[in-house]
Amino acid sequence: MCLGIPGRIVKIDDASRKLATVDVAGVKRQINIACIVNDAHPIDACVGDWVLVHVGFAMARIDEQQAEETLRILKELGEAQEQLEAMRLSAAG
Amino acid sequence: MKYVDEFRDRGKADALVAEIDKLVSTIDIAARRPIHIMEVCGGHTHSIFRYGVEGMLPKEIQLIHGPGCPVCVLPMGRVDDCIAIAEHANVIFTTFGDAMRVPGSRKSLSQARADGADVRMVYSPMDALTLARNNPDREVVFFGLGFETTMPSTALTVLQAESEGIANFSVFCNHITIVPTIKAILDSPDVHIDGFLGPGHVSMVIGTAPYEFIAQYYRKPLVVAGFEPLDVLQSIWMVLKQIREQRADVENQYARVVQGTGNVAALQAISRVYELRPFFEWRGLGSIDHSGVRIRDEYARFDTERKFAIPNVRIADPKSCQCGEVLKGVIKPWQCKLFGSACTPETPLGALMVSSEGACAAYHQYGGFKKQAGAA
Ligand code: SF4
Repeated sequence: MCLGIPGRIVKIDDASRKLATVDVAGVKRQINIACIVNDAHPIDACVGDWVLVHVGFAMARIDEQQAEETLRILKELGEAQEQLEAMRLSAAG
Repeated sequence: MKYVDEFRDRGKADALVAEIDKLVSTIDIAARRPIHIMEVCGGHTHSIFRYGVEGMLPKEIQLIHGPGCPVCVLPMGRVDDCIAIAEHANVIFTTFGDAMRVPGSRKSLSQARADGADVRMVYSPMDALTLARNNPDREVVFFGLGFETTMPSTALTVLQAESEGIANFSVFCNHITIVPTIKAILDSPDVHIDGFLGPGHVSMVIGTAPYEFIAQYYRKPLVVAGFEPLDVLQSIWMVLKQIREQRADVENQYARVVQGTGNVAALQAISRVYELRPFFEWRGLGSIDHSGVRIRDEYARFDTERKFAIPNVRIADPKSCQCGEVLKGVIKPWQCKLFGSACTPETPLGALMVSSEGACAAYHQYGGFKKQAGAA
């Protein structure tokens, strides 16, 4: 739960509640993007962003290359599987 | 070097190790004993073991695996409190999966579930809120756990519950804060640390300023580090360089994610929803002043501690458990008498054996026995 997992924002679901759909290694789920939205980077500008997702919240914007690298390392650490499984279960639940 | 082959860039890793060797040879080690560097974050611990980083370092450097795994520092009594809440007939108790197997004095949450309590694993506090929305006749409790990395997510969920007027949702707030804990370790008389690897994802939220006192008052270098193996090696090199130059500064190796100012929106959510507790109990470390947060009066109706009578039990760790000494780096995991015999990942006695970010589980999984044999 402490290591974030990279994902890409594909769609804004609810601008007022700052909810967006994020694709994390093929798993799509709704996450909260309040922490990466600010005046310099309004919510409409977020689609396409790569972000680090911690327990359902986007906590930092990262670049694409870094996202890929991070995902690869998380897979090796065995972290990615655990988190993706948890996401998948909760998306279904 | 068994794991080093898996480095994404073997050449870079070798070059860094060579640089580290070079630096160490110029430091007057005799005066310094082995150089003790503490990684504060459990993510670093996991990465260090997974990639065999310790084995690559010169023997003059010892890594100390600090208290930065929130699951590992949960006292037994707190697990009992969770179970007492979960056993209320009307409660749905939600938690991150990490906490399920942590032993309480009688059982873990996972055993409580097997015994009929409605305990559910969630990926996010938002999932707990969804459960509350969908089950208006049940009380949904979310076990809020973690350092500043997960603190904003719980806070934002409370704010969301408030804006929707959801009345059957509350948080059993056990969030903890890293800075007072580092201070407690530095003040502990049996501990000797020469420098720190600072937590990457906590710092993403709080920034680098809160660590300044470590450099200024304790004169210890701290380098905020990413969790990838090359990040860890580079950060160790940065700490050593400071030691070599007799500097103590806060430096940021993980600038691609961590900004000096932290994440403003996340910090705002934290300060809106929580206030510091006077003290908080940690497994193995005892009570540490101002090391935990609770929910402010304004959001009292989302505070499990005010909704339910919490037993608030305090249970001493089993006598022969040495989790505290391991957490402070006074002994290595394999020096605990229970390591690998009474305490294993299958039947953990201490929480350090539960999570893959706990030092004991990591040693057990990645060649701790080899070390034990070598040291005997
Ligand atoms: S081996 Fe078990 S009891 Fe001993 S320090 Fe590690 S977790 Fe604690």
